[in-house]
Amino acid sequence: MSTLSEAAVGLRELTIGQAVNEALAEEMRRDPAVFILGEDVAEAGTPFKVLKGLVEEFGTERVVDTPISEPGFTGIALGAAMTGMRPVVDIMFGDFLTLVMDQVANQAAKVHYMSGGRLKAPMVIRTTLGATRRSAAQHSQSLHAWVSHVPGLKVALPSTPADAKGLLKTAIRDDGPVVVFEDKMMWQLKGPVPVGEHLIPFGVADVKREGRDVTLVATSSMVQAALAAAEILAGEGVEAEVVDPRTTVPLDREALVASAVKTGRCIVVDEGHRSYGVTGEIASAISEGAFYHLDAPVQRMGAMDVPVPFSPVLEDQTVPTPESIAERARALVRGEL
Amino acid sequence: MPDRPDDFDLYRRMLLIRHFEERVDELYRAARMPGLAHLYIGQEAVAVGVCAALRDDDYITSTHRGHGHCLAKGASVDRMFAELLGKEAGYCRGKGGSMHIADQERGNLGANAIVGGSAGIATGAAMSARRRGSDQVAVCFFGDGALGQGLLYETMNMASLWRLPVIYVCENNLYNEYTHYLETTAGELTARPRAFGIETAEVDGQDVMAVHAAAAAAVERARAGRGPSFLLCHTYRHRGHHVGDVDRSYYRSREEEDSWLRDRDPITLLAGRLTESGTARPDQLEALDEEVRTEVAAGVAFGLEAPFPEPSEVNEDVYA
Repeated sequence: MSTLSEAAVGLRELTIGQAVNEALAEEMRRDPAVFILGEDVAEAGTPFKVLKGLVEEFGTERVVDTPISEPGFTGIALGAAMTGMRPVVDIMFGDFLTLVMDQVANQAAKVHYMSGGRLKAPMVIRTTLGATRRSAAQHSQSLHAWVSHVPGLKVALPSTPADAKGLLKTAIRDDGPVVVFEDKMMWQLKGPVPVGEHLIPFGVADVKREGRDVTLVATSSMVQAALAAAEILAGEGVEAEVVDPRTTVPLDREALVASAVKTGRCIVVDEGHRSYGVTGEIASAISEGAFYHLDAPVQRMGAMDVPVPFSPVLEDQTVPTPESIAERARALVRGEL
Repeated sequence: MPDRPDDFDLYRRMLLIRHFEERVDELYRAARMPGLAHLYIGQEAVAVGVCAALRDDDYITSTHRGHGHCLAKGASVDRMFAELLGKEAGYCRGKGGSMHIADQERGNLGANAIVGGSAGIATGAAMSARRRGSDQVAVCFFGDGALGQGLLYETMNMASLWRLPVIYVCENNLYNEYTHYLETTAGELTARPRAFGIETAEVDGQDVMAVHAAAAAAVERARAGRGPSFLLCHTYRHRGHHVGDVDRSYYRSREEEDSWLRDRDPITLLAGRLTESGTARPDQLEALDEEVRTEVAAGVAFGLEAPFPEPSEVNEDVYA
């Protein structure tokens, strides 16, 4: 169901990591203004090896290793963006967004508006989200709600290799700041990816699986969990529709509402903390738009409101799973909620 | 950039800032200006001396006390007043106000309401200039208060590592808001940039010619690819932290203020030099003063008469 560019001349299987790498290489070949900076992005290709090979092709002038100074190099990227460049900043863990919030929220997000539209900041921040890597509380957070809350920032959440490529290429060509979150557990996920030019417009949700009985709105890491839940439910005769907004800003409210109107039941699943987060925003958008078509209140499933714990026994309880999503969907379909 | 700026022009630019700021203060006191402003009075020689060493296409970033930098880089008085008054004709179409004036045509990447917040922007502009093969340089203006911000040290470190064409201009006006900088700043101030291997100079910030000479040397160095510089300018904020800070006796004495105003005012100092050297007669300076007052008054009138933005513009320019 992915939106495939008509210009695509073919498909082949890539991992999300490879798709990200390909998007960056293509954009850097296309536009000399694009460059990468961050910690261990060059020869190391990041600790996750997602950027492997880029420094060999583009050199250390365009794949720039920085000191461990997230606010500093994010600010430098912003200054470069305001003066003709298109930097792609690598923030190794989403948790480190907390370090750069002044440069992102006070500076990059606002410069276009504060200057009356005269200055622009075309920059991308690539970072991560997702728990269950046994990385504990400071390397496991999903903080996309933080940046989604700040007007001026766009926020993309790819969940497949094709989306990872298409959303990142669109982000790089956007004239404002975009934060792209990749699930650190999904870089090895394989899927078909169009060769060459493949752009996914922001604000267009994607129906990853069609169904008539219940809508599962899922983001990023939770899309695969929702698809697995849908598979379980299908075995029980319940047809779940899985809808991926792909960008929280802009948010495709119409598509989410349309699916909820169709099925009359909806669960929103997102790996951010449940309170004051993405599930709250999406659930209320659906409630506002589909209220008279719903059989039950919109359900929300997010990460537990606890710091992410280390021990597997503890950590695994904190995020929704295919089983927990399927269980909630069953209850919803049975009219128990 | 002229090798040596016209002294008369330096004087005129400082005078323009002085009269501009006086009128800002009046507008505030008369409750005709929304919000408040941080006046640059007393520090004019720094902005004027540094910007006289720059080309139009060189970059600056400014601070919450930014009117002087904007004017010194060539901003027009009328559009400045329009912005301070929240008008459509302002530099930011009324969306930025006093602390966010940016002027892309003159390389002004914006004043900034976060202390030290533009250190990254200036350093990034310098990186961009080099990446694009341009010989532009970037100047980052900040006060002694910004010495407390970690961002400054992170970016100075990278600027030195990568030999970026950026000049860090620290205007030490003695006060971090209401606190003397000696209460907040440990050790030798200039040891900080030197620790990063950054070329560092100190200058009397009330002497516009000295500031210009030091800035010109730093700019030349940056343009030649020899890396960043740090210029510490000793200066003084004649007025309060902002226009409403009128009772200052709890943090500094009247005697201190009077002595800076009497003995160390940058405009009086240059006027004395111009007349003593025979470069200008007192009556010429008086005529210039009148001319500048007229220009500023016209700017105020323009700003006051200019229309506000359409309310519907509130939703414009959120996303590029």
